[in-house]
Amino acid sequence: MATIDIDIKSAQQHDSHEHDSHEHEHHEGNFWTNYIFSQDHKVIAKQFLITGMFWALIGGVLSVIFRLQLGFPEANLEWLRPVLGGWITPEGKIDAEFYLALVTMHGTIMVFFVLTAGLSGTFSNFLIPLQIGARDMASGFMNMLSYWFFFLSSVVMLSSLFLSTGPAGGGWTVYPPLSALPQAIQGSGLGMTLWLVSMALFIVSTLLGGINYITTIINMRTQGMSFTKMPLTVWAFFFTAIIGLLSFPVLFGAALLLIFDRSFGTSFFLSDIYIGGEALPNVGGSPILFQHLFWFLGHPEVYIVLLPALGITSEIIATNSRKPIFGYKAMVGSMLFIAILSFVVWAHHMFVTGMNPFLGSIFTLLTLIIAVPSAVKIFNYVTTLWRGNIKFTAAMLFSIGLVSFFLTGGITGIFLGNSAVDIQLHDTYFVVAHFHLVMGSASFFGMMAGVYHWFPKMFGRMMDERLGTIHFWLTFVGVYLVFFPMHYIGIAGFPRRYYSWTSFETFSGFADLNMLVSVAAILTLSAQFLFLFNFIYSIFRGRLAPANPWNSNTLEWTTPRLPQHGNWPGAIPTVYRWPYDYSKPGAKEDFIPQHIPYSETPESNLPHENEQIKLEGVVVKPSSGHH
Amino acid sequence: MTFLIVAAVVLVIAILYLIFRIGNLVGVVKGKEGDAVSAMNNTNAWLFMLFLVAGLSVFFWYSFTYFADYTLPVASEHGVVTDGLFWTTMWITVGSFTIIFIGLFWFTFKYRYDKNRKASFFADNHYLELTWTIVPAIVLTLLIFKGLTAWTDITGPAKDDAVVIELVAQQFAWTSRYPGVKDGQLGKNNYQMIDASNEFGIDLSDKHSFDDFKSLELHLPKGREVLLKIRAKDVLHSVFLPHFRVKMDAVPGIHTTFKFTPTKSTNDMRAETGNSNFNFEMACTEICGKGHFSMKFPVYVHDSYEDYVAWMTQQETWLKQNPDYLKRVPAELREVAMIKAGLPLESVAAPQVTQTSN
Repeated sequence: MATIDIDIKSAQQHDSHEHDSHEHEHHEGNFWTNYIFSQDHKVIAKQFLITGMFWALIGGVLSVIFRLQLGFPEANLEWLRPVLGGWITPEGKIDAEFYLALVTMHGTIMVFFVLTAGLSGTFSNFLIPLQIGARDMASGFMNMLSYWFFFLSSVVMLSSLFLSTGPAGGGWTVYPPLSALPQAIQGSGLGMTLWLVSMALFIVSTLLGGINYITTIINMRTQGMSFTKMPLTVWAFFFTAIIGLLSFPVLFGAALLLIFDRSFGTSFFLSDIYIGGEALPNVGGSPILFQHLFWFLGHPEVYIVLLPALGITSEIIATNSRKPIFGYKAMVGSMLFIAILSFVVWAHHMFVTGMNPFLGSIFTLLTLIIAVPSAVKIFNYVTTLWRGNIKFTAAMLFSIGLVSFFLTGGITGIFLGNSAVDIQLHDTYFVVAHFHLVMGSASFFGMMAGVYHWFPKMFGRMMDERLGTIHFWLTFVGVYLVFFPMHYIGIAGFPRRYYSWTSFETFSGFADLNMLVSVAAILTLSAQFLFLFNFIYSIFRGRLAPANPWNSNTLEWTTPRLPQHGNWPGAIPTVYRWPYDYSKPGAKEDFIPQHIPYSETPESNLPHENEQIKLEGVVVKPSSGHH
Repeated sequence: MTFLIVAAVVLVIAILYLIFRIGNLVGVVKGKEGDAVSAMNNTNAWLFMLFLVAGLSVFFWYSFTYFADYTLPVASEHGVVTDGLFWTTMWITVGSFTIIFIGLFWFTFKYRYDKNRKASFFADNHYLELTWTIVPAIVLTLLIFKGLTAWTDITGPAKDDAVVIELVAQQFAWTSRYPGVKDGQLGKNNYQMIDASNEFGIDLSDKHSFDDFKSLELHLPKGREVLLKIRAKDVLHSVFLPHFRVKMDAVPGIHTTFKFTPTKSTNDMRAETGNSNFNFEMACTEICGKGHFSMKFPVYVHDSYEDYVAWMTQQETWLKQNPDYLKRVPAELREVAMIKAGLPLESVAAPQVTQTSN
């Protein structure tokens, strides 16, 4: 078995070499194949990253617009008329229906376009081949398609923002009947149609990407890179891709049925409706069915967003603490457990939707179980920091920020997952605080950490660390100021997706906290321009990066400063050890990269590792010349 | 004016850029780029400590000082139970949160980079890992147990003598329908029968519907179990009675229910809060369109069940308010209908058009 493996691998290497030189011949003047319709995983990763950043900016600006309404309900927003046109009422306020469209688009954009495509798309693409030691993805062509489907989906969604009836406005969860009936809200007209088309394209993109990630990880690991030697980043991308592959098709089904209900007169989700002065003919459908289908994706989606960020942080925290990640096996195990459980907790979003209360009991039980592996992860991060030797690179700062958000936002899940407690908290600002911290901010920080950490390998230059530090502190404090006060507002019962609370006596307070939240949101968004400047500036003028600027162990740092197509100019390195040999007792340096054989490090080997040396000789032979 | 603002912004950005550029070049000239991280390392470590102390202080200070502002008085039996569970969970989570938070930032501070020190090679420890798997699991089991007990009680069947009230949601208003005092049962309804006046879609072939009445205010008795029967006409809505810890979606095509027992009347609350204008309110908590935020429904809790019944007997039946609909009543039931609805019997011969209320 092993020899066959080696044969295949050397054959692949051979192929890639030919391919490599072929590419080089035509490198000049072929701008389109190299930068636009590229099949190189690194270029595709950058395409995902830059598109994701564009979307993050749009999503952020949308949120600031609706925060203006919530924080300063008396303000005259006439000055926004040049941009928003008719969506500013004659009194200088944001139109109440457009407010809902803003909320809806903010959610859709951030969850799918930024934190799914922008995060997974970028880092799965960039890191999987580099960290497992492969020349590229299993199918470069499918990978390219994956990006361009995402691009198409983006174009469709973006164009819906400019419709005269506005984009979809029924919340990012697009619950029917609201999303099915244009009579109910303007956004459920063409805006919703485009939303559904865009999401269908998005799902195709995710599936093409996911199949590729899984195949690549299973089949294309370099010699010696067993599953137990894989970096936690790759493990995280692996689980993420599997979750996506199993859950996104369900959303596709839901979207398709919704399209049927909207356009072809079916009644999957519609029944007994009287609207606009007429009784609709639809009977027998169930709006709750849609919610089941939606959350069957929707909840795993939380982990699709979160797991890559957790993987990235594991890597960065270990590297910058100069310590092995604590409990590697427990980290993998907890991710596996989370991945499995993520499929059986969806209905905790639906405790008070009219679903059978017995289901509520089952889902309370399953939901609270998922807190256990999450707690294990937090404890393991904290223990990794313990007795480390911590370097506060910008990436490390963002990773610590992530752990803090994961903790702060995670514990409120214990309230919301408990059906009896959820009765009062459901659809209040408590929920908004919870998921923005644990999913939104944590994942966003994971993405930022990833950009700061792998920027040198992406662009061959360093980002400015001082600007990165300032960016971190402004964003870190800003995020807490935005989302922490929402807990109080939520405990007080303030419902979410409210344009204004002033008609209620019960919700008349907290003008001060709401103003604070809005001001903090504006500051946090402004701080992102520091990052944007740093990013663009550093691409062109940043300090040239060393090949391994962080003294890290994983394989991507064994490539040249700016890896070309095929990643390694010579043979792919062989892997001998796990990726977390930091500060190993007896070692000369505080890190031993994965491709260093035990035979070269007799001073630091543990007893069982010395036995590995004998095996190394056998495995090394085919490519021994390169070490 | 606009031009000036734009010019000023451009100028500020240009100056910031220059400062950044100069700082960078000075760094290059000094050739100390490698030390930049370690120079900032201590600053960052101290900032984390500052954040830890300031963050926790503000959190505890605000939570205790403004406790009354962000907690709503509770006015239902099960609300006391769920609030209890909420605060139990709060103590447990805030306790663990504080400990872990301190650990996270203290370690971050204490183990900041020192070139003379080497990190310890500490890759795993089964006892530690087992501990923090099992301890959270046990604590969670307790919370699950308490939660499920409460949940089963809350969602269990209502008592036979529970007061039944129907809540109907539509864009963007609530209406409530009460079973009349004569038969105490709600009549059937059918969405196909809804029209401008018959907003409930009351099925007038059902004799229980004759004495039903409509109210634009939710009236509840103190100390008696209430069963809300909830439905929606157009899109999803959700009944939210914040003081009673009640929330349940209104779903077109499905009847949802929620049972609870009010423990404080409106007068009790006025005395408790010292606000003589206090009123309970009901809100919508499921996004339903443009007017979602405006779906307020006033709620009044009577001091006793007797008061509540007295109020009920004063209400005019829906059929009396809309006598035109007598035509829809099957001929053999028409007399019963008129008696139950409280209509004078002679109007049967010549049903005349009277004003219909909406």
